[in-house]
Amino acid sequence: MRLTARQLRTLLPALSLVVLLAAIFYLQPRAMSYVGFNLMLNLAIPIALATVAQMCVITVNDLDLSIGTYVGFVACVGATLLSGGMGALPVVKELQASGALPATLPWIMQTPLVGVVALVFGIAVYAALGALIHWRNLPSIVVTLGMSFVWLGLSVLILPVPGGQAPAFLRSLMTLKPAYIPFPIIAAIVIAILANLLLMHTSYGAVLRGAGGNPKAIERAGWSLLKVKMTMFALAGFFGMLAGLSLVGLTTSGDANIALRYTLLSIAGVILGGGEFVGGRISPVGAVIGAVTLTLAGSFLSFMRISPDWQIGAQGAILIIVLAARTLIDRAERRR
Amino acid sequence: MNSFLRNLAGRPWLWAYVAAIAVWLVIVAFTGGRGGGEVLTAAFTFATFSVIVGIGQMYVVTLGPGNVDLSIPATITLAGAVATKVMDTQNGMILTGLLIALACGVAVGIANYALIWLLRIPPIIATLSSSFLVQSVAIAYGRGIRIKPPPALADFTTAQVLGMPVLAICIIALAAFMELVLRRTLYGRWVTAIGQNIRAARLAGVDVGRTRFYAYVMSAVFAGLCGYLLSGFSGGSSLSMGEEYLLTSIALVVIGGSSVAGGNSNVPGLWGAALFLFLVVTMLNTYGFGAGLRYLATGLIIIAVIVAASARRPAR
Repeated sequence: MRLTARQLRTLLPALSLVVLLAAIFYLQPRAMSYVGFNLMLNLAIPIALATVAQMCVITVNDLDLSIGTYVGFVACVGATLLSGGMGALPVVKELQASGALPATLPWIMQTPLVGVVALVFGIAVYAALGALIHWRNLPSIVVTLGMSFVWLGLSVLILPVPGGQAPAFLRSLMTLKPAYIPFPIIAAIVIAILANLLLMHTSYGAVLRGAGGNPKAIERAGWSLLKVKMTMFALAGFFGMLAGLSLVGLTTSGDANIALRYTLLSIAGVILGGGEFVGGRISPVGAVIGAVTLTLAGSFLSFMRISPDWQIGAQGAILIIVLAARTLIDRAERRR
Repeated sequence: MNSFLRNLAGRPWLWAYVAAIAVWLVIVAFTGGRGGGEVLTAAFTFATFSVIVGIGQMYVVTLGPGNVDLSIPATITLAGAVATKVMDTQNGMILTGLLIALACGVAVGIANYALIWLLRIPPIIATLSSSFLVQSVAIAYGRGIRIKPPPALADFTTAQVLGMPVLAICIIALAAFMELVLRRTLYGRWVTAIGQNIRAARLAGVDVGRTRFYAYVMSAVFAGLCGYLLSGFSGGSSLSMGEEYLLTSIALVVIGGSSVAGGNSNVPGLWGAALFLFLVVTMLNTYGFGAGLRYLATGLIIIAVIVAASARRPAR
């Protein structure tokens, strides 16, 4: 059976993951176990979610440079407001210690509902950004660049020094040990299927992608581009929120700078998974695979006994190799 | 007054200076006139480094939508690490160190453009993936003890004449030169032409490939220069020394009044924007705001500026 160039293109992300996994198992057969997968792929969950978030924004030809600090913001909210309400904020604790606030706080200051409100606020801000970018025709790079400072500032205000504690339900969710199949694998598959259903198999999903491919056509067909942008940015905010919550469930405490690298990693993951910068050409399954591949690059190096210094470099190298392979496939396609 | 306003509208970069002066006045008002000079000295000192990388980023951004150099921080770190190691605190090696730092920039720039050209990928992805590699090399190479810069280099980067940092004077001259290149040379006109309409530029006979190549190399070389000077200024290189310059370099271009869509840029605005950004942080510091509020204010200012800039040219 001969594969067409197009099929090869679609298979490329999965192929690169398989090659990387094969290399890891060849170097360290014991990694092919329940515990091994858990250790290698734990951090893939938040990265995969952040990558899906980034993909939503890339679908409508924008780019989110603030997703990393936003994930950090959610992690800080998760480690404070969501676990102990306003009473868990370092500021409030200081005031209690100095006697300005009573030792036992009223209900309103202890309820985790404040955390839920903060998370909803985050998603609302994302939707508002989508509206602002569409309304004033702004370059998303600059707007989200500004937002990255805003999220960082809010995180530092919530949690000036790393600390706090993740809510018990997040911790127990992230340390689930289902029978036979490790949790990270199940989570990755669920995320991929959900995102795929949402964007590739619903009628509005087609409109959302179409807005990236040919906005004019979508507008003439009677759809509101404003609504599309707001939906996609809100979706990005939603998946970014899940990323932050899963991350804080893993690390059990929050830190404003915890996910700064996610911004660039998520862009790399989308591209690695076969997504394109313009034209609404995306692949949700590919994006999740891309994120998993980038996460595994770290494990691969440690099995090769190469210093973790090279982890970022390996991620860059994988990106370049896959992009080069894609270019070769494209050229072969054109020649035919 | 009317002509002044018309001047403002025609020269968007003036806004950055107006804003910088306004913020400075607010600071001076708070301190009651004391320390105004010192604040300016500090502002020029720190603005210098961001202006160096800002110039390179601006040339790249001018090339049109999608052109951004994300590898600036990694290049700064690499050049700083390599240069301090090669110089090994010896004054005699200062020039060699400079050449090596610039060579690092040339290498990264060539690699960036090679990726863009060979893989036909958007510059953002190309510079992103190369920055991963460069950052890794810098981390692996620069690990271990912190090497001090040669004393003469440290003295030069911290020297002042009448309260004005010598380095800032040099970079003002450099900025003036780069403005001339942008406005008066064939190369500068080509960069602008490509940003305005790449097809028209190509049809008009502009060597698009070579022009873009030089812009990316220039951006990386300026990042190398920044890394070299920064390691001299801050007593050695560190692995995180480039981090803040990615966002700052883009912010300078935007606040300085250059068009993010390319094709319309100016160098003077970079200085105004750099001074403005530093003075805002100083102002918030003087008024006792913490780090959180400072970040928050910086972010909101960037967004406010881009919204205001979009109002200036509604028909796009």
